[in-house]
Amino acid sequence: MAKLKISDLAKIKDRVHQDTSLREGGAQVKITVHMGTCGIASGARTILNTVMDALGETERTDIIVTTSGCAGLCSHEPMLTLERLGEEPIKYAKLDEAKARQIFMRHALEGEVQTDWALAKGTE
Amino acid sequence: MQELSLHILDVVENSLAAGAKLVTIEISENLEADLMTVVISDDGHGMSPSDAARATDPFVTSRTTRRVGLGLSLWQAHARAWDGDLELSSKPSLGTRVKAWFSLSHIDRQPLGDWPGTITGLIMTRPGVDFLYRHQVGEDEFELDSREIKAELGVEALTDAHVAAFLKDEISQALAALGSTA
Repeated sequence: MAKLKISDLAKIKDRVHQDTSLREGGAQVKITVHMGTCGIASGARTILNTVMDALGETERTDIIVTTSGCAGLCSHEPMLTLERLGEEPIKYAKLDEAKARQIFMRHALEGEVQTDWALAKGTE
Repeated sequence: MQELSLHILDVVENSLAAGAKLVTIEISENLEADLMTVVISDDGHGMSPSDAARATDPFVTSRTTRRVGLGLSLWQAHARAWDGDLELSSKPSLGTRVKAWFSLSHIDRQPLGDWPGTITGLIMTRPGVDFLYRHQVGEDEFELDSREIKAELGVEALTDAHVAAFLKDEISQALAALGSTA
């Protein structure tokens, strides 16, 4: 039976430890992709993968990407909520890959809220 | 839902909402019997027998934001259209098991789709939950256990984008090596 080769994982081990050792305190940015049935059906997985890829292109280790269920705003999916430490969370709606990437680059990294696509302030 | 992967993701999201700590995903492709089977089991809080019996009814949901729950009923409708079905069994406080099976060669069967991206996304966004993934094609099998990754690299590694990219690649290669036609 084929298994994931742990020896291969060891190859990237050093890199990971180097990355995580830089982590000081908690996360500065939290990105939540809404993954209810409605979100998944309208493309939330693509949004999640776009955010993960964009994060992989940076050296940032203080950005958490996570998922949550349906926020009850199904017609606005796919959505994500972005929260920078000490700031109000912003909920973005009707996303696509390009919007998600720009939100990551501008808001998560630079702190500029992308008001054109923002639906609401605060958590549900 | 355009891909099988999305149906699986949707059911796993139910497991996560039920507070699962271990989610097992088993995919099997049997070319001889022309049968594909997907089993998702969790150790979440489970459902009462009456809730379990009604779980595939679209007008039943445990959520309070809306009065409909479509995930399981959509997948069941698809499985039935592909000469198969979906069944759910659940025990309160022990967990839930969802099994879907259908004809591998059915002309309408959805492709598995971006499964490597889907499972990697799950592992990366939920470091507190363990995932065991087994994929069988004929006699050959591939297994990935996030607990092994955690033991080897530490829990922080699961949320690392470089590890995610590595895993995605490994799974794509494993599916190709298995000769998956899903």
